[in-house]
Amino acid sequence: MRIALLTDIHANREALEATLAHVARQQVGRIAVLGDIVGYGADPVACTEIVMDLAASGALVLQGNHDEAVARDDADMNADALAAMAWTRGVLGEAHRRFLAGLPLTAREGDLLLVHAGARNPGQWPYVMTPRDAELSFGATDARLIVCGHTHVPALFSLQPNRTCVAFTPVAGSPVPLAAHRRWHVVVGSVGQPRDGIAAAAYAVLDLGQGVLEPHRVPYDHPAAAAKIRAAGLPDRLASRLAHGR
Amino acid sequence: MRPPRIEKGLVLDGFTLVAPLKLGGMAQIWEVTREGDDLPMVMKIPLILDGDDPTMIVGFEMEQMILPRLSGPHVPRFVAAGDFAHQPHIVMERITGGSLYERMTGAPFAAAKVARIGLAVAHALCDLHRQDVLHLDVKPANVLFREDGTAVMVDFGLARHRRLPDLLAEEFRLPIGTAPYMAPEQVLRARDDPRSDVFALGCVLYEMTTGRQPFGDPRGSRRLRKRLWWDPWPPRALRPDCPDWLQEIILRCLAVDPAGRYPTMAQLAFDLAHPGQVRLTAAASRMRRDGRIERLRRWFRAAGAERPPPPALDGDTAAPIVLVAVDLAADYCAVADAVRAMTGRMLTLLPGARLACVNVLRLKRLGIDDTTDGEGRALHVARLIQLRAWAAPLGLPAEAISFHVLESTDPAEAIVTHARENHVDQVIMGARGQSGTRRYLGSVSAQVTAEAPCTVTVVRAAA
Repeated sequence: MRIALLTDIHANREALEATLAHVARQQVGRIAVLGDIVGYGADPVACTEIVMDLAASGALVLQGNHDEAVARDDADMNADALAAMAWTRGVLGEAHRRFLAGLPLTAREGDLLLVHAGARNPGQWPYVMTPRDAELSFGATDARLIVCGHTHVPALFSLQPNRTCVAFTPVAGSPVPLAAHRRWHVVVGSVGQPRDGIAAAAYAVLDLGQGVLEPHRVPYDHPAAAAKIRAAGLPDRLASRLAHGR
Repeated sequence: MRPPRIEKGLVLDGFTLVAPLKLGGMAQIWEVTREGDDLPMVMKIPLILDGDDPTMIVGFEMEQMILPRLSGPHVPRFVAAGDFAHQPHIVMERITGGSLYERMTGAPFAAAKVARIGLAVAHALCDLHRQDVLHLDVKPANVLFREDGTAVMVDFGLARHRRLPDLLAEEFRLPIGTAPYMAPEQVLRARDDPRSDVFALGCVLYEMTTGRQPFGDPRGSRRLRKRLWWDPWPPRALRPDCPDWLQEIILRCLAVDPAGRYPTMAQLAFDLAHPGQVRLTAAASRMRRDGRIERLRRWFRAAGAERPPPPALDGDTAAPIVLVAVDLAADYCAVADAVRAMTGRMLTLLPGARLACVNVLRLKRLGIDDTTDGEGRALHVARLIQLRAWAAPLGLPAEAISFHVLESTDPAEAIVTHARENHVDQVIMGARGQSGTRRYLGSVSAQVTAEAPCTVTVVRAAA
C-alpha cells in the first residue's frame, strides 16, 4: 500500500493542484491529508472543495489547528494568522465549515498513526521539531509509525534502543528505508507554505509494503499564489514568504 | 519467536550454514549455500543483541540499511537480510582473495607494492564516496581482495550514508571506530567527512611502508585524544629507503586538520597512480617529528577542540579532477588557445580542482614502431615540454597541475581510459571544424563524448 501524505495546504490552490498532479504519477493507493487545509492563503474555498472531493473518493482527511480555528474564536495564533483567519471565515460557506469542523484529529491504521501536530495531546497542537519532541510523541502511542505535519519543516526521527531519538532531514529524490523493527516519526513538510528555505511544495509517499519513505518537492506557481494573497488584502508577509520558502 | 541456535546445518531463511569462517566476539561469519544459487555466499550474524552494546545493534542496522544500496566491484554483492524480530543477519557475496590484514604480516613492503595496494584501496573508497557512503572504519581487516586484485570494502557497521539517517550520530558519547586508524575528527565524534577515510588510508599506507601503526593502538579516550596533536615519526625515520613521494603522500593523509589532507579520495588515488607527479614539500624529506614547541602549540589548540561542523555535501565536486586533452599539432593552435581559455574560466569556479593535462602521442597501428626507441623517447619529452608551455599561461601552482603524455594507437580510447582510471570528473577538449572526412570517420571528441564516464566539454575555436 502506497499512501500520499499531504499536509499544511493553507489555502494555496496553486501548490495543491501542482502537488496532486505529481501524486497522480506516483501509483498511490490512497491519499491522506493531515490538516490545515485553510489559513494564510487566498483560496480557502477552492482548497476545501478539492479536499472534500478527495475525501468523497476515499481520502483520509484530518483536522489541523487552522481548520479548527474557523469555528473557534479563541485560537492561539499570531497576528498574521488571525487576520487571515478572520478573512477566511468570511469567505467559507456553511458546507465548508461543517466539513472542516467535522474532521477527526487522528487516524489509526494498524501500526500507523496519522495526526496533524503530534501524538501527545493532539488537540493542543504540539510541534515536533526536535528529537525530544519526537520522544514525547512516541511515548503517547504504541503505533510503530507516526506521521504528522504542522511544523512546515520536513523531518524524520527514529527511536534508538536507549529510548532517545535521532533526527534526519529527508532529501527529495532520496527514498529512506524505514527498518521494520524500528519506530519512526515522519514530519511531512508543507504543501502550501514551506518553511525550510525551499519554495517548492513538500509532500511524501509512504510505501508501507516496502517500508520506504519517498520525500518529494513540487515546484508550483508561487508568484501567482502570492499575488492572490495581496489582492485579497491579506498581510503582505504571507505573500512574500512563499518565494523564499520561509 | 526465540532466536535459533547458530550451528552447522541450521537453515535460516532458506540459507544452510555450511562452515564457520570467523567466530568473533561481536559477530559470526558463516559460509552458506542456498538451493539453486551458485554465488559463493557468507552470512554475517551479530551475537550480542540484548542491550549491552547499542553500538553493536545499531551498527548492524546501519549495515543492513547501507549494503543493499551499494553496487559495483568494490563491495560484496548483497543477497538478503534477516528480520530483527527473528534472527538478524546479512547474506552477501563471499570474497575469496584474502584480506589486507592477512597480507600485512609481510610488511614492511617495497614502495611500489605499497602504492599498488594503496591505489586498489583508494579506488574502492573512491567508488564508495561516489555512492554517498563514507566507510569510517578503514583498516586492513576490512579490506578484502578479489582474485584479480580488486579491493573490496567490507563491514559497514560504522559507515555513514550521506542521504540516509545516521543512527549512530547522536546516541553515543564515546568516539566510534578502530583506535589505530581513527581520524582526529572521529575522536571528536564527527561522522560526515570523507577525509576521515583519507586519514585512515594514510595510516594503512604508513603501516604497509614501515611495518608499524603510526599511532600504536591507544586505549581509553584520553590516549585517543592525543590524535588531535601528536604526530607520528616520519616513515623515512623508520625506513630510510622510503621514497620522498611516498612519505609526502602518507604525511599529507595524516594531517590533523582535514583541510591539510587530500580534499578527495580521487586526488589521493591520483598521486598513488602517478608517483612522479607528486609535488614534494618539506614533509617529503623530514626525518624527525615536529619540535616540542610546535607540538605544544597543537596541544593547546586541541585542548578546547569540539566536534567540527559537517563539511558541505558537495565538497567532493568542489575539488574535482579535470582532464584537459590538448592537441599540440601546430595547425590547430587556435583550438588549443580556445581550450586553454575555457579551462582557465572553469578553474576559476573550482578553486580546489586539480588539472591533468594530457596529450596523446599517436602510435602507428602496424609494424614495429620506431617511437619505442631513443627517437620515441625524445618525442615523448618534446611533447611534455610543449604541454608545459601550453599550460604556463594558466598560472596554476605546481600542486594543482600534472602532465601526462599517453602513447596509443587510438587517442580517444586513451583519453577515456585515463579519465576512468583516474576518477576524472570532467574532460575538456577541443574539436576541429566540420569536414566531410571527419563526419565519415568520426572525430576523437565525438568518441570521447560518447564513451567517457564523466562530463565532457567540447571546445571549438571561433570561426
